[in-house]
Amino acid sequence: METTRKKLRFIKTNNPPFWIKPLIPVLALIGTFIITSGLILWAKANPFETYYYFLLAPLGNRVSLLEILVKSTPLMLTGVAVTFAFATGYYNIGAEGQLYAGAIAAAGLGMALHGVPAIFAIPIMIIGGFIAGMAWALIPALLKVKLAVDEVVTTLLMNSVMAYIVSALLNGPWRDPNSGWPQSEEISPTAMFFKIVPRSRLNFGFIVALVAILVLWLVMTRTSFGLKMRAVGLGKPAARFAGINVNKTILIAALVSGGIAGIAGVAEVAGIQFHLIGELSAGYGYTGVIIATLGSLNAFGVAIASLFFGLVDAGAQTVSRALGVPVYLGEVTQATMLLVALGMLVLQRYRIRRM
Amino acid sequence: MEIFLINLIAATLRVSTPILLAAIGETFTERAGILNLGIEGIMFFGAFVGFLAADISGSLWIGFLFAVISGILAGLLMGLLSVSLGVNQHVSGLGITLLLTGLALFGFRLQYGGRSTPPSIEPFGQVNPFANVPALGTITQQYLLTYITFLVIIPLAWWVLYRTRYGLHIRAVGENPEAVDAAGVNVYAIRYSVLAIGGGLMAAGGAFLSLAQLGAFSHGIISGRGWVAIAIVIFGNWVPVKVMFGALIFGGTYALQLRLQAMGLKLPIPYETFLALPYIVTIVALVLAGRNASYPAALLKPYRRE
Amino acid sequence: MNVVEMHAITKYFGEMIANDHVDFDLRKGEIHALLGENGAGKTTLMRILYGLYKQNSGEVQINGKTVQINSPKDAIANNIGMVTQHFALVPTMTVAENVVLGYTDKFVLDYTAIEESVSAAARKYGLDISPKALIRHLSVGQRQRVEILKALYRNAKVLILDEPTAVLIPQEVDVLFDALRKLCAEGLSVIFISHKLDEVTNITNRVTVLRDGKSIGTVNTCDMTQSQLAAMMVGREAFGIKRDNLETQKNIPLLEIKDLCAADDQGLPALRDVNLTIHTGEILGIAGVSGNGQKQLAETLCGVRTCSKGEITLDGVNLNGKDAAEFTTCGMGRIPEDRHEGVVGELTVYENLALEHLGKYSTRGFLNRKAIQAHANELISQFQIKAQAGDRIRTLSGGNMQKVLLARVLSTQPKIVIAPQPTRGLDVGATDYVRQQLLEQRNRGAGVMLISEDLDEILALSDRIAVMYEGEVVGILNASEATPERLGLLMSGAVKEM
Repeated sequence: METTRKKLRFIKTNNPPFWIKPLIPVLALIGTFIITSGLILWAKANPFETYYYFLLAPLGNRVSLLEILVKSTPLMLTGVAVTFAFATGYYNIGAEGQLYAGAIAAAGLGMALHGVPAIFAIPIMIIGGFIAGMAWALIPALLKVKLAVDEVVTTLLMNSVMAYIVSALLNGPWRDPNSGWPQSEEISPTAMFFKIVPRSRLNFGFIVALVAILVLWLVMTRTSFGLKMRAVGLGKPAARFAGINVNKTILIAALVSGGIAGIAGVAEVAGIQFHLIGELSAGYGYTGVIIATLGSLNAFGVAIASLFFGLVDAGAQTVSRALGVPVYLGEVTQATMLLVALGMLVLQRYRIRRM
Repeated sequence: MEIFLINLIAATLRVSTPILLAAIGETFTERAGILNLGIEGIMFFGAFVGFLAADISGSLWIGFLFAVISGILAGLLMGLLSVSLGVNQHVSGLGITLLLTGLALFGFRLQYGGRSTPPSIEPFGQVNPFANVPALGTITQQYLLTYITFLVIIPLAWWVLYRTRYGLHIRAVGENPEAVDAAGVNVYAIRYSVLAIGGGLMAAGGAFLSLAQLGAFSHGIISGRGWVAIAIVIFGNWVPVKVMFGALIFGGTYALQLRLQAMGLKLPIPYETFLALPYIVTIVALVLAGRNASYPAALLKPYRRE
Repeated sequence: MNVVEMHAITKYFGEMIANDHVDFDLRKGEIHALLGENGAGKTTLMRILYGLYKQNSGEVQINGKTVQINSPKDAIANNIGMVTQHFALVPTMTVAENVVLGYTDKFVLDYTAIEESVSAAARKYGLDISPKALIRHLSVGQRQRVEILKALYRNAKVLILDEPTAVLIPQEVDVLFDALRKLCAEGLSVIFISHKLDEVTNITNRVTVLRDGKSIGTVNTCDMTQSQLAAMMVGREAFGIKRDNLETQKNIPLLEIKDLCAADDQGLPALRDVNLTIHTGEILGIAGVSGNGQKQLAETLCGVRTCSKGEITLDGVNLNGKDAAEFTTCGMGRIPEDRHEGVVGELTVYENLALEHLGKYSTRGFLNRKAIQAHANELISQFQIKAQAGDRIRTLSGGNMQKVLLARVLSTQPKIVIAPQPTRGLDVGATDYVRQQLLEQRNRGAGVMLISEDLDEILALSDRIAVMYEGEVVGILNASEATPERLGLLMSGAVKEM
């Protein structure tokens, strides 16, 4: 990492200048736009116009502003879920499957809770989703701590298995006979999340997501378990030496992670769809990994990243409607942003200096 | 029963081919210390690029070539992140998968978005050196790429890893990059080169699906085969021949599931059970083999001199 | 003409200067010591010569010609070989594969030919080693021979040895020195990095002394006494700590280890029926060549490795089956062997200090952040740690990191202190401080287990010395009867004194 140019050198540093950190997201954003404008040109659209519809137009009116919050709800939850695991050094890439586990529980409970008042039904849904997500996360977590089987591979494979379970339910016992689509029957109205803003899609799920952010912050910075998690994640041998039960910490973090991902599934079923459907998640579990990383495993960062990605998702739909640029521009933008930001983070470790 | 078995063997070889190509690619990168989680996305992208290029050019082989090139480029991108910049391999690999998946879907929608029926092309034909021999002739009825994979790529992979200077360097880089650096060999060059080779093989695996097995491209074309390939590499203890057996186990389960579906049996369990079975078998195989797995010592560790 | 000349070499790491206009030259056929304390810049200078680092300024000449050495490849092309402190060997490969790594002319490997040529080279240079053996099956001394063979196989005319004796027993050192003398007589030139004065005076022709990254001077070894060299090295005449032979009551057994057996990470037996007792107010030194079970002994006594057999009893309490946290509460003061694996680098000093005592610093799961920080500030001043409580611990120097670990352990007044390699890699000031602290623990009545590969340290501090060989205690001597020769024989496994 040395340049041969006249006396201007990259120096490795432990204390990056204060202005670097806020600059990274800005530079990453600019880098991302430059890269993705190639795609926009391929779609024969004007990049500037596209970016206007993509990132500015959704901020301009109340309806689309609320839609950003709606889109960011599952991202916030999966982002928090992944953060719990990653901060403990457990690479849970199974949030996608755990989300569906929660969604199955929510749909099942929701269909069974007809006539149960909302004050009972909604907590039951959330707890049920948490337990279901946790249960689905239990297998890879146990394999990891008991048999040292790599969790990355098992959680990924479990996602594929979950996709077939959902498909089996929707094509089999849960299929709504009155619908042309493979979807479950509608859940009880009392189990549906109430709207925060009338005549919008913004619902109680968003509040749940904010609570999850708060819990993440509280656990990570204020509790001894949070310190244990961070110690295990950042230095297993040292944590073990200091007397922390590493495997127990990983197991709990993995289960909490799965549980919160499960709640993301509940929020989608009870807040948005009211059915179990196969396309419930647009890869939210995987996007959660991006969000946790971009948010540097920090509650505040995760919240900001989710809101921004909510904007990207909402904007991608606007662009697709207005300009015919495929909606997948959103996914490409999110992934590009991750890769560019990862590259930028390396810069943080250096400072430029004349010598 | 006999016919069932013969058909099963033939289908197993066919179904194993794409996974095996990708798994051999992953074997190379992991042997040099890089876990490439971009594998799923590279396969998907390879399937798309192969299909697109073949459709536009009218030549399946040109399509295949473009797919391989796209995989090589994707491998080099992984190199930029994980080798040059030393970024966490889990996150950068997953990022590449998400990026390439998004790119392929974007391109597919752009090129074929308006059509009501999914586009298809005339896929590769099969070859059969023993067409007239009963039983054997059924098994040898395969794509040329399947022959190449089993009869050329596997022996070649073994030979390169264990009998050449380059293979010695790859294995050493995955165990102790400091030693390789001190011996005057460029660690980065080795890692970049295996990522390029690995990416090419992964994309070839994807292109096999779209250009040979299916003759079409769809959203679910890879559906976790890349992750399976990674599990198979661990199962095979990073040895090409053992990796091949791992791929055959997955392929066999998958083929069995296909045969059972094709027989149209009325079973009391949903057919998705069979679809999920190969993934479950892979997890079980991983658990059984994973206990003795000897991971390359430098896997996941970026190399820095200072 | 000098084979190597280095002029005004300057190297920065970040903002720290590691080499400050250092001059160095090497004559043909000589053994030239590069002497200095830990952190003086010896290894950095040699890593520049070998192309592992690039200097910020200064030039290197080989045989009178200025050369650019950008990588080890260039160094090898200039007939320079280096044996680094951590051997650059691939444990899963054979000797022959390691020797030819990066130095084969053909793309296709002919294993028969390779093994023959490696075996021929080994005979030629008198380095007895089988080309087919796997590195991970070799002893440390044998691995060192492979490293030297590797350099000579590449036609090295200049051989850099970075602290080559640190891992060897005295008798193996003699073998190494004989081999080096013979090779030098045949025209090899050797650069010998060391901080051990007796070795330097024993084997080298000239000495270049480095201190704080600067060259203090180059002298002929025969003109100098050890104390003159020591003065050049540390900038003061006397160094080291003195043990006041304060009589302490050491008749009360405190820690009793009975028939202890444990396996290493590969599941192979690492401890075989170890029996040891530590009394109040004594330092028990554990001597031995590294890799003879000391690491596993320390880990077992720290509660991070479970024993397969035997008993550990601390002040009447049986510790078997207890976890690391319970070891601490029972009065075991545990200092980790590798301090970088003993602290969580990305966490702050105060978080690291609290990590071992989280039960004490939290109520109903929530951290008492004020108490943690107050406690940290107290320890920082008490142990003279040069850091703020909120600094990330990886930014601390090795000495300060070690002080944090000492503070964490000693602030609880443990009954026993387990100190494996407590001064490894520390500079003289920090080393003295750590040793002083261990003596204070002894004087206050605690029992101390000092595990060290530095025989001088063991001899200077211990009341009794136990020697380990292949997982067994092969001898326990009183400090008064221990000599380096006697310990060396025990460490080599040649004799047992039980």
